Parts: sequence; C-alpha cells; structure tokens
Amino acid sequence: MQKFTTLKSIPAYLPIVNIDTDMIIPKQFLKTIKRTGLGKNLFFEMRYDDQGKTIDNFILNKEPFNQSKILIAGKNFGCGSSREHAPWALLDFGITCVISSSFADIFYSNCFKNGILPIILDEEKIKEISEYANRKEEISVDLNDEKIIYGNNEILFKIDSFKKKCLLEGLDDIALSLKKSEKIESFEKNLKEKKPWIFND
Amino acid sequence: MPTTLYDKIWNDHLVDLQDDGTALLFVDRHLVHEVTSPQAFEGLRNSKRKVRHPELTLAVADHNVPTTDRSKGIADEESKIQVDTLEANCKEFGVQLFGMDDKRQGIVHIIGPEQGFTQPGTVIVCGDSHTATHGAFGSLAFGIGTSEVEHVLATQTLVQKKAKNFRINVNGKLPIGVTSKDVILQIIGKIGTAGGTGCVIEYAGDLITSLSVEQRMTICNMTIEGGARAGLIAPDQKIFDYLKGKPMSPKGDNWDKAVEYWKTLKTDKEAVFDKEINLDASEILPMITWGTSPQDVITIDGKVPNPNHEKDEDKKNSIERSLKYMGLKPDMSAKDIKIDKVFIGSCTNGRIEDLREAAKILKDKKISSSVHAMVVPGSGLVKEQAEQEGLDKIFLESGFEWREPGCSMCLAMNADKLKPEERCASTSNRNFEGRQGRGGRTHLVSPGMAAAAAISGSLDDVRKYQN
Repeated sequence: MQKFTTLKSIPAYLPIVNIDTDMIIPKQFLKTIKRTGLGKNLFFEMRYDDQGKTIDNFILNKEPFNQSKILIAGKNFGCGSSREHAPWALLDFGITCVISSSFADIFYSNCFKNGILPIILDEEKIKEISEYANRKEEISVDLNDEKIIYGNNEILFKIDSFKKKCLLEGLDDIALSLKKSEKIESFEKNLKEKKPWIFND
Repeated sequence: MPTTLYDKIWNDHLVDLQDDGTALLFVDRHLVHEVTSPQAFEGLRNSKRKVRHPELTLAVADHNVPTTDRSKGIADEESKIQVDTLEANCKEFGVQLFGMDDKRQGIVHIIGPEQGFTQPGTVIVCGDSHTATHGAFGSLAFGIGTSEVEHVLATQTLVQKKAKNFRINVNGKLPIGVTSKDVILQIIGKIGTAGGTGCVIEYAGDLITSLSVEQRMTICNMTIEGGARAGLIAPDQKIFDYLKGKPMSPKGDNWDKAVEYWKTLKTDKEAVFDKEINLDASEILPMITWGTSPQDVITIDGKVPNPNHEKDEDKKNSIERSLKYMGLKPDMSAKDIKIDKVFIGSCTNGRIEDLREAAKILKDKKISSSVHAMVVPGSGLVKEQAEQEGLDKIFLESGFEWREPGCSMCLAMNADKLKPEERCASTSNRNFEGRQGRGGRTHLVSPGMAAAAAISGSLDDVRKYQN
C-alpha cells in the first residue's frame, strides 16, 4: 500500500450530503476483476451525460479541480454499499484525501486499506476550508501532526493511532495479522473444544 | 458487569486486543460472491497465501446472474467473466460454491440462513453491506470491503474497533397490512441514514419477538441503511426451530450443545446502552420512500415534502435535488404517484413469506395494463417452495413475470434495470440515484404495497386489499 504522509493540493468541493457509493462508482463498473482503471468512471453519472459526453460544469471536470488530490464533501460520505471500488475509483482518479463532517463506517474503513486518508471536521470548519476550493488555493494535509494547513491557519484533526501508523508506514494488514498466527491457532483450538459445531461441516 | 448481546459476541471472538483498542476478531462464517471477491483471491494468489478455512467459507454468484432462461449462459461478457472467475477461484482455493445451475443458488443473504450456515452467536462477514441480514439470528454480521475479504480468507480474522451499543425497542401490535418493512423504513426515517453510524443496533421489544424469523431478517437487513455496522436480535425458540434440520446446522450432540449456548445469547437486564429509542408499533402505517435516500419516508396517506417549508439550507437543497431527480412536485399525495414497474425480490424481501404476502393481495386480480411487474425469488429453494404452493400461478395470472433467483433489479447489475425516468415500486433496500438503472426512480415499499401498486398503477394503500 502507498504511504500517506503529507499532501498539498487545491481541494475540490462537492457540497452534497449523503454521497453514496452508487454515486461514487455505479454498478456497471463493478464487473471488473481488477482494482485499477476506475478513475475515469468516478462519479460517472454526474460527470457524463446520457451520450457519454463530459458535463463541463461538474466540479471534477473543471480545471484545476480535475487535478485535485483532496475532496471536500457533505456529511455521511460513502454511505450505502460496501464496494471497495469506491475508494479504488477515488485513488485511481488521484484523490487520496477526503474531508467531510461524517463518513459511513465501511467506506471509512475501506479508505485506510488503500492509502486514502478520510478526515472528519465539524461543519463550520468544512465551510471555512471549502473557501479555499472556491478561491482555487492550495491547502496542505500533514498526517503525522494531524493537521490541515491553509493560508496562515491550521486545523487539527483526530485519527485512530493504529490506522495512522498503518497509513504513515504503508503497512499490509494481512502481514501484521499473520504475525499473530499463534494467537489465532490457540483461539481455534479453544473454539473446537468449546463450540465444536462451528467446524462441524 | 452487565453486558449487551453485542458485547457478549464481541468478547467471545477476541483473538487479540491491542492497547489502542484495535481488536483481532475471529470470523466463524464467511460468505463470498462474485463482485467483491475477485481482487481478494488475486491478492492471495500474488502473495502465495491460502484460504485458511475453506470449510467456514461459502460462495455463490448472485449479483450478475440472469433471471431469465439460463440455459444459454450469461450474455454480458463482463458479467460472465466475473461469474466464471468466482467459479475458478473457488475451485483453486477449495471453497464450496453454489453454481448458477444449482437449485440452492440464490442471493447470498438468503442462502446463508436457508442452509443453516448462519447461526446464532457467530461472527459472519461478507463483502456486501446487507450482511446485516444475518443479525436476525443473533449473530454479529456485517459487510466488509474487498481488502478485508482477502484478510478474512487469509487469516479467518478481521481487524476491528468496538462499536457503540444502540438499542431500538419496538413495542405494541402492528396494524393490519403493516409489515416489518414498514417498521424498518419508519426507523430509518426517524434516525436518518447516519443515525446508526459507529453503532451496532439491537432490536428489542415485544413487537420484535412476535415477528417471524423472516420478518426479523427484513429489519436487520436494512440496518445498514440507518448507517449502523450491524443489527442484532436475541435468538429465541423461533430461531432454533427454523435452524433445526437445515443442511449446515449442527447435528446430534452438537445440536444440543449449540442450543444450550444459543440460549445464553441475550442482553443482561441491567446492561447500559450508549443510545436507546422507543417506537410504538401501533402507530406505524404503510410506508413509501419519496426521495433518493432511504430516510426519505412518508406514509401512504402522506404528501411529498415541500422544500420551501424547510429552514435548513442543506436539507432544502437536498429535498430540491431529490424531487427533481424523482420527477415529483412538492405537496403531491403519495397515492397520486403513477408507476411503470414493480419489482418484488432482493435480500430484503425475496423470501417465501414475502412472496406469500404479495400473492395474497394479487389473488384473482389483474395488474394495471400500464405496469410491467416481476417477481424474482431470493433463491432456487424459495422459487421451488413458491411453485409448490402455487404462488407462481397467482403471480403469472395477475400479469407478473416469474423469474429465476438473484439480486436482479435491486442493483441492476444484470439485464434487469429501469430506463431513464421509469418509476418503480420496489421491495428492495436502496432508492439512491441510478441504483436501479441510470435515471430510474425507485420507491421502496413492502411486498404487499408493491402488489397493491401493481394493481392500481400508482402507489396505493395495501390496507384497501385486506379482508
């Protein structure tokens, strides 16, 4: 997994609440058996019309936001389906940080598996930094210090310490868990005695 | 210390707990389908890892499968590749698969309970948000992403943080014609789509215990639409009776041991919840959704909201956006909403009791000539049972199509989809923009309400058709 340390970009602001994963990447693109190549279909129905032509006034189709690495969006971002295609599409487009006042649980957790940092801020702060999107000015994100720097200001954000470590170091979850193999084995042994029906197949 | 049902299952599955609260949780049951698994199996292959417990894993193709004649295979090339890939992966890694021609094939959340794979007190995961369905059995069941699917395949565990405890008590009796679908729509309308974020919801109260096992599944299924990680109902005799004798249920001595353990699975009387709300079942009416979020609910007697009455700017914009997408006018009556399609099926309402409920309304009646309607049974076994009961004939004679099992038009990954601006009364779970087809307009309803809408040609009150 790609490490996440710091990031500097003009953010794109999408002021819609409850952006669901069907909006982020519609189902026709879930038929892939790969993780890559989904960026061109990110927010497909908002980006392209029925004939497949680019809708010019959609934020991610406009300069300089078509290069944004940071997306600011309305509350409850990523609700709905568990499809990891949503973070894959964001990542493939080039977005590695999403800022919202709240995220749906599964989407939130999926971000961390893909080197994407989801940041939770209160609505007031969201409005404040979204001004930078409107003015096309850059903001910076520093994960180590858990802060966003914009103009002469700073906002601190909070992130789970273990998730932060994994992002900073680009750690592979599975390799980490496999280091606990002995614990898994002893759990299984105990389980077979306590609840034999679990393995009874 | 008194604990909740969620606490008990959580504690019982802790393989490891770090100081920062990050837990490694053992997974007893892993369900796999074709859409969210190919990249996970590929990851295993690339890192030369095996499936740790193929015997705790069950796979089925459901999202992409055609619901029409299957003898010619899958016409869509990409769908075919995905279904074939699942088959090849299951063969390579030794995972049991219900193939497209197997009569046990069906929607992953319908076949789990049907086979007895779903059991109380277990941790069940699947790369699908509607895994919450299995919580009806008193299991901790939730959806995960593909990276997590790979993690579970490789380690039979999952990295998790403990969620908060949220209890929803529903007491009293439901009025005639009101179902568990209306109960969960009412709940989502009340708490909102982010109301359960960070929580596991336990449903309790005398209404919940009075529900059948299948009705409970409908409630737990849509827990994710309220933003919660999982929904739970304490298992009782109805659950044990349902599971007894199912192909994958415990047998012999193990059955007795299992039931003994299952009986301990309940929240202690003094346990404290982080959040708690109460609902009176007798006040719940038949519900519909008017907008593009499952929280956009009104009763069938109600009116579509007017954005001008909303003071909050964000909410006002959101209502305007939804009304525009849905092609509805503010303040119009729910019953004046004309529909083009009816879809009965999905992991929310594709079980035998759902089909019985709809068939009861449709018996000796014809659907409106302006409506195209279809029933997609949740599994091959549901289909077989319905045919034994003659339900297929009732549907066909009324003008419905009778299809093969799968997810179908709930998410329109196969050929079953709405055309732009087509309007559908659907028993599924999501009314998001484009969910049932680009530009398609979805109204979520119960199976009885879907049947009533098919007859009337517009959204209608199922109570009109009750004897």
